[in-house]
Amino acid sequence: MNAAKPIVSGHARTRTPSRRTALRTALASLGTLSLAGCDKLSNNEGFVNVLKSAERLSHGAHRIVAGRKAMAQEFSQADVAAHFKGNGTLVPADPEYHVAMQNGFKDWALEVGGLVDKPLSFSLAELRAMPSRTQITRHDCVEGWSSIGKWKGVQLAHLLQMAQPKPNAKFVVFRCADSMDGPPVGGRDSRYYESVDLDDAYHVQTLIAYDLNDKPLPVNNGAPLRVRIERQLGYKHAKYVTKIELVESFADIRDGKGGYWEDNGYEWYAGI
Amino acid sequence: MDAIASPPPQRFYRHRLPVRVMHWINVVCLTILLMSGLTIFNAHPALYWGQQSTFDKPLFTVIAVQGANGAPVGVTRIAGHQFTTDGVLGNSRVGDDAKPTVRAFPSWATIPGPQWLSMGRHWHFFFAWLFVINGIAYVLYAIFTGHLNRDLLPTRTELRNIGRSIKDHLLFRHPTGEAAKRYNVLQNLAYLVVIFGLLPLVIVAGMAMSPRLDAVFPGWIDLLGGRQSARTLHFLAATGLLLFVLVHVFEVLISGAWNQIRSMVTGYYTLPRAAGTDKEAA
Repeated sequence: MNAAKPIVSGHARTRTPSRRTALRTALASLGTLSLAGCDKLSNNEGFVNVLKSAERLSHGAHRIVAGRKAMAQEFSQADVAAHFKGNGTLVPADPEYHVAMQNGFKDWALEVGGLVDKPLSFSLAELRAMPSRTQITRHDCVEGWSSIGKWKGVQLAHLLQMAQPKPNAKFVVFRCADSMDGPPVGGRDSRYYESVDLDDAYHVQTLIAYDLNDKPLPVNNGAPLRVRIERQLGYKHAKYVTKIELVESFADIRDGKGGYWEDNGYEWYAGI
Repeated sequence: MDAIASPPPQRFYRHRLPVRVMHWINVVCLTILLMSGLTIFNAHPALYWGQQSTFDKPLFTVIAVQGANGAPVGVTRIAGHQFTTDGVLGNSRVGDDAKPTVRAFPSWATIPGPQWLSMGRHWHFFFAWLFVINGIAYVLYAIFTGHLNRDLLPTRTELRNIGRSIKDHLLFRHPTGEAAKRYNVLQNLAYLVVIFGLLPLVIVAGMAMSPRLDAVFPGWIDLLGGRQSARTLHFLAATGLLLFVLVHVFEVLISGAWNQIRSMVTGYYTLPRAAGTDKEAA
């Protein structure tokens, strides 16, 4: 607001300011004001909700032009990046994870629960014994970079068919082993989590992946299990997955936005 | 001076209401898109060519390196050439901070000012929708009302005389009287390149960065060279739009700023008289 003062005093001093000076002052003040204004608006909940309304519009439009089953582009072996970039958690600090890592993940279990008729639990060996899908896809990070990798894993649809979701299940939540905000303080859980709707959950290319580039997943990239949600940005592809939970709504989970980054302001729909 | 001999200034209704409204919506959208786009760029301040990122060989990057005294120094690298851009690009003060922060574009050029990727994205995508809807409305309007044919497309004679138009621009000579009623040929070409070249490119390249839109027709983004090429093209097209805006504003300022801005607000433009009699330009 301070920036507005010079115009007011300027007018008071001279009754007939030259048009050019007035124009220049007005434009300069407008610039300063609008910049400060944008930062103020970014902290105004009502305004931010207006901005966020575009997310629903984008998701709706994207569903129309790229249908539920539309496939993400797949690449050839020659396109695979020599080094697949790791991001976010690179080595979980959680003691339980370290024990599992030292064990070579031989006791790792993937639970499927929540709104299902048959809650299940799978060992890595059981998952590896199931029918698999291998795909070479491009991973796009919300930051802007891309890396191409070859993923092998079980289709999530296969696991869901075994667990038989109840009719009121609307979303699949992925629970992970890595705490994002350091050790829990006052019992506050900061372990990574993510969620997708059933369109993405049942999509052909949605995998619970255990191999990257023909080798067991490295710790940087989510060992021993990570999700592939190929038509959305990297933060949807939860790493170090321990549990798949079917829910009707994710409003009661943590801050209610459907994921760790979503609770920190990012869009739940990350197809853009 | 010679009040009797001087004819009254001729006013001319130059910009119709829809064009004026769409113009100012564009001003707001372009400003916000450019500045929030720089926030998004800052999250990974490097551009590449191809499907994916070649992290050790970016085409363009804005980073900070360690200076002689150990403090970070902002540098910009373009195709292997390094330029020191400290204070603006790579390392700059955020607001009134005492110490600079390592960031690609400075806070005065980004929305929001402090680095905040998720918020930059919210701004960007909301105004992208507004911008695209406004742009489609404009193109339809231009085609169906004859604005395109009548005002934007240059005539053959005008195209033939392009040499003179270039010379006039270089000498900062502006048309007066009847000639000032029409856009000049360089202006026509600039508008056409922006409307049918840079704007579609910036939009299509923006869409090519969406993993879901890539699935519309798997592989379509290869037409742009792949996703990282699309990101680079998006950035280049935005740079082209910024250059257009700078030249556009410069031309407005030197060709009777008040008259020009008023005409985009009220629609009425006062035809400049021949040199020497034009008080506005004095």
